[in-house]
Amino acid sequence: MNLRMQIEMKDKRYVLCVVMIVVALAGACGKKKPPVARPTTPPPAAGPTATKPPGPPEPVPETASIPPEPKISDDPLLTKDLDVINKNSPFQPVFYALDSSELDQAGQQALNGDAEILRKYPTWVITLEGHCDERGTAEYNLALGERRALAAKTYLVSLGIPADRLRTVSYGKEFPFDPGHDEAAWSKNRRAHFVVTSK
Amino acid sequence: MNKTPQLLTAAALCAASFTLFAQQPQPPQTPPQSQQPTEVTVPIVGVGGLPPKLAIAGFLALSNDAETVAAAKTITDVLYDDLKFEREFYIIEKDAAATVPMPSSIDQLPIDRWRELNANGVLIGSIRKTGTGVVVQLRVVEVNSGRTSLGKEYSGSIANPRLYAHTISDEVHQQLRAVRGVARTKLTFSSDRDGERMKGPVGDREIKEVYIADYDGANPTRVTVTKSLNITPAWSPDGQAIAYTTYRRGYQDIFVSFIHQGRFDVPAAGSPARQNYLPAWSPDGTKIAFTSNRDGNPEIYVMNRDGSGLRRMTNNPMIDVTPTWSPTGNQIAWVSDRTGSPQIYIMNADGTGQQKITAESYCDRPTWSPDPFNEIAYASRSGAGFDIRLYSFKTHESVRVTDGIGSNESPAFAPNGRHIAFTSTRNGKQQIFTIARDGNDLRQITRDGNNGYPNWSR
Repeated sequence: MNLRMQIEMKDKRYVLCVVMIVVALAGACGKKKPPVARPTTPPPAAGPTATKPPGPPEPVPETASIPPEPKISDDPLLTKDLDVINKNSPFQPVFYALDSSELDQAGQQALNGDAEILRKYPTWVITLEGHCDERGTAEYNLALGERRALAAKTYLVSLGIPADRLRTVSYGKEFPFDPGHDEAAWSKNRRAHFVVTSK
Repeated sequence: MNKTPQLLTAAALCAASFTLFAQQPQPPQTPPQSQQPTEVTVPIVGVGGLPPKLAIAGFLALSNDAETVAAAKTITDVLYDDLKFEREFYIIEKDAAATVPMPSSIDQLPIDRWRELNANGVLIGSIRKTGTGVVVQLRVVEVNSGRTSLGKEYSGSIANPRLYAHTISDEVHQQLRAVRGVARTKLTFSSDRDGERMKGPVGDREIKEVYIADYDGANPTRVTVTKSLNITPAWSPDGQAIAYTTYRRGYQDIFVSFIHQGRFDVPAAGSPARQNYLPAWSPDGTKIAFTSNRDGNPEIYVMNRDGSGLRRMTNNPMIDVTPTWSPTGNQIAWVSDRTGSPQIYIMNADGTGQQKITAESYCDRPTWSPDPFNEIAYASRSGAGFDIRLYSFKTHESVRVTDGIGSNESPAFAPNGRHIAFTSTRNGKQQIFTIARDGNDLRQITRDGNNGYPNWSR
């Protein structure tokens, strides 16, 4: 089953690459227009393309007009260094249930938003860190954290994000985000966390 | 890195061979390890089948300088702990032993006084400085006859007096009880005791380095200096190398560090897409079993120690992790959650014959006992934490070893199979403890920082 999914993903990735090249070319042509002066608000969600996930449907605004390009120099995320970006990350982490690496609906929604950011910054390479709470054993948690990171990666690839932009690493229960010993802390520590590793 | 402690030259100054006592040594309570021919002809025998009562008279400092006096005291103190560890003797307590005056020479033991304390044997020794180091003498006297049961002389450096005690303890266990002691073995483990940190995405993270220490926690020595996360160390059976999981390249990979040579191998040749962790040496040291995600999911693999001959052992969409070898190297135990929760499985070393052996709520870190015990120790969920349990292949049942206090994880067998090192949070931070396989004799081994993933040298 895993293998089959991967093959499907590879196909999708290939299709996506083609789509992205087309989109990129279109963008290049668009550059001839004078940029529309508009502040930093991000553009509405990109138009309907093949990159849309099989996940929960997202309302797609049927706008005929081409959204204005953001002024590159105004985007703080492009000029900030990685440490600053990661300390106040634009990415939503994915949270998991106890002893589980299943993506629930909230997790998929978080990843849908994260995929948008990854599309907006196509040179960014990220590492998905898999983490676990302290209630599992140290050794098994290394594998569980890996499964969590891989589950998030697999979903992002299914959304068309190239796999070579998505690294994974599992820290098991070695690096809890919240050092507490209650469910409030544990629920924060069962996660796949995004770290931008290069821009 | 650290040089291996120089081996003591053991000059076998064996005792007079009295043959009056044709009595056989009593069989030890647990099956003996591979026996060497014993030099002992005057056994120390307990009364009524009880373990022999052994008194430790102490070590005489035959040189008057402070260093020698301190070494004599250290050897005596450490010997108490070492000899109690295997529980082969009833050791007469220090305060009772202190009522008997120390002679000025090991030849003038007040044997009547020791007989009054019902000792079956008395251990006495001496240490004196020479031009190049020290000479340590040992004598064990059989109280009834007053004859020497065991006599030895050791020479070497005075730098680590504990090593004389460990060597003497192993010798006494081997010669008088036909038991392989573990006083000279070492633990390796992962620790944050140096408080170093590495950069994390939100804040700095407390990192862990690999350490080694004596079996009792003394002489801790750092092995890795990566300023990264280094965990799950495992001694090679020949004691020359430690394989461990490191994140120094930003992903998990297995390094094999030749600790006496200051070099390392990276046999599994990891990459961000081929991560490797939790190495386990085969008993003959030729192979390493490990977990890898190279095929997209955590699975068990075996490779030769140089990375050649890679073989995938499991093929399952769920987690397969944490391998350990049987003492013969013919089987591997590991953990899989293919039935929904992590349980212990065993298989042949070619991947065939996979079968589940536990049916509990959550099990991890199987560790197969050395011969002659046919057991697997593992961590089992119990209440809010874990307890160490022992599964017996004879009865196909398991018994609890730890007492439910704190969370107890990551068991590792001593090379004689009689003790288990494990981690526990019973005193707050996570520390390494040892415990006898019957649940007695709990000893705390580490105290600085957090310490985990213990592994015992062969």
